Amino acid sequence: MNREDFPMLRQDIVYFDNGATTLKPQCVIDKMVDYYSNYTSNIHRGDYEAAIRTNKEYDGVRELVREFIKAQKESEIVFTKGSTEALNMIVFGYFKNILKKGDEVLIDKAEHASNVLPWLILQEEIGIKVSCISLDENYELTVSEVKKSISDKTKVIAISHVSNVVGDIRDVQSIGRICQEKKIYFVVDASQAVSHIPVNVVESNIDFLAFSGHKMMGPTGVGVLYGKYDLLLKMKPLEYGGGMNQFFEEDGTYELKLPPIRFEAGTPPIAEVIGLGEAIRYINQIGVEKIHEHEMKLKKYLIQEMEKIENVILYNKTSESGIVIFNLDRVFSQDTSIYLNHYHIYIRAGNHCTKMLKDDLKIKNTCRISMYVYNTKEDVDRFIEALKNSKDIFKIVI
Amino acid sequence: MNIVEDKELRREIIVDNYQHPMNRGLVEDSTYLKENTNNESCIDNLDMQLKVVNDKIEDIRFDGEACAISTSATSILIRSLIGKDVMTARKILQNYRNMIEEGEYDPELLGELVVYDELSKQPNRIKCALLPYQAICKMLNRLDES
Repeated sequence: MNREDFPMLRQDIVYFDNGATTLKPQCVIDKMVDYYSNYTSNIHRGDYEAAIRTNKEYDGVRELVREFIKAQKESEIVFTKGSTEALNMIVFGYFKNILKKGDEVLIDKAEHASNVLPWLILQEEIGIKVSCISLDENYELTVSEVKKSISDKTKVIAISHVSNVVGDIRDVQSIGRICQEKKIYFVVDASQAVSHIPVNVVESNIDFLAFSGHKMMGPTGVGVLYGKYDLLLKMKPLEYGGGMNQFFEEDGTYELKLPPIRFEAGTPPIAEVIGLGEAIRYINQIGVEKIHEHEMKLKKYLIQEMEKIENVILYNKTSESGIVIFNLDRVFSQDTSIYLNHYHIYIRAGNHCTKMLKDDLKIKNTCRISMYVYNTKEDVDRFIEALKNSKDIFKIVI
Repeated sequence: MNIVEDKELRREIIVDNYQHPMNRGLVEDSTYLKENTNNESCIDNLDMQLKVVNDKIEDIRFDGEACAISTSATSILIRSLIGKDVMTARKILQNYRNMIEEGEYDPELLGELVVYDELSKQPNRIKCALLPYQAICKMLNRLDES
């Protein structure tokens, strides 16, 4: 769908690395160029025309994001550099001040480094206990396993909405309900979810949510932290500076502005926020449900064709997203990826920042295909053709 | 035709050393030095062990996950270095590095390692080829220090 909107696709490539980052439609690029070319100015300061327009564009994106994730208030939307920064803000700005020694945080082995390491550091710093919810035989996270893992000490459940390796969509609505009943904080990394499936923070009782703009056809360098407003009021900023304070005096008194501005010290990524807004408009035009339907149709076809090839090992046939992980028998994943590059097919090889998953998968590295709205059946056919020829892989990679 | 001229033979040597590398698997033995080696830009990750007795390289072993270039280079380096005295081993290692980085080297000294003499044409594979080199050099340096 919509291939003509993506300048990168004028090249003869198959782009299957959308889990890492997505391509940008021309409208997003144009929107950012327009800011740089026609109304560059800082926000929330100037009284001149360009500055007024910048304020309007920048602040307008907050409402777009609010509606996109179905939050209650615009003031619950904080712009960050990306989900990594958002998750670090959540852990060190909020939970560091709330949790006590012995409190338990539940994550799972398929979590991305950005939803593991901050918690491990907090474990080291204040003595919380980080435990992993077990994955099922398909490496997926189920509600029953979540229930089983909860103890009296559990204070936080922090999981991704969609795993970036297995691609399973977690039932955040049920998990959110459990968290509400048991008074457990619910933190969700929605990086692989927001542009692929509908996200509703209220229905899922999500306390904090994080995602990145560049994985949803927006620019790099911008992301979102959503937090329930009463929690944001208690969260401490990790950065202090211009824009986020009411006043400060020589005698040491100061007052900070209210959320979300309190968490956006200094000049924010203005062009990127404006670009993110355009990406959301673009996604809304297509419809997230339609995107998901398209990905699933492609995944089904891809799996069906891959299963016909003898030396292909598939790891996540069942998951309901456009992510497929595989290996070629007795070929190191990076060699496969280098081989496919020869055919201008871009995939990802490695551990995909989920270094704990190797214990369950029994293999450290895999090849990942992650599909998106602009991928086609022809892309899949071209990939399958390359795999069929892979008997000669070493003639190409060596 | 020798290795340098026969591209098919070179590839066979590399593939054979990748699929059946020499001395894969580590040993529980405190007389070995141990070093992990990985590179930031890719996912190769190897553990290596070295045993030197009376200034002679008695054994080198490795384990881990790495690409065809890294694994095969490790295997061929191991074969080239076992049985050599430390000074000769250092010379081979230096010449190997020079070859990979397009410097001057002595092909006679490198033997089978010359299968990588065109690797510098693929800049993204240079780090792969130098992975075992780095680990072995680090262990030899530690030996010197002690």
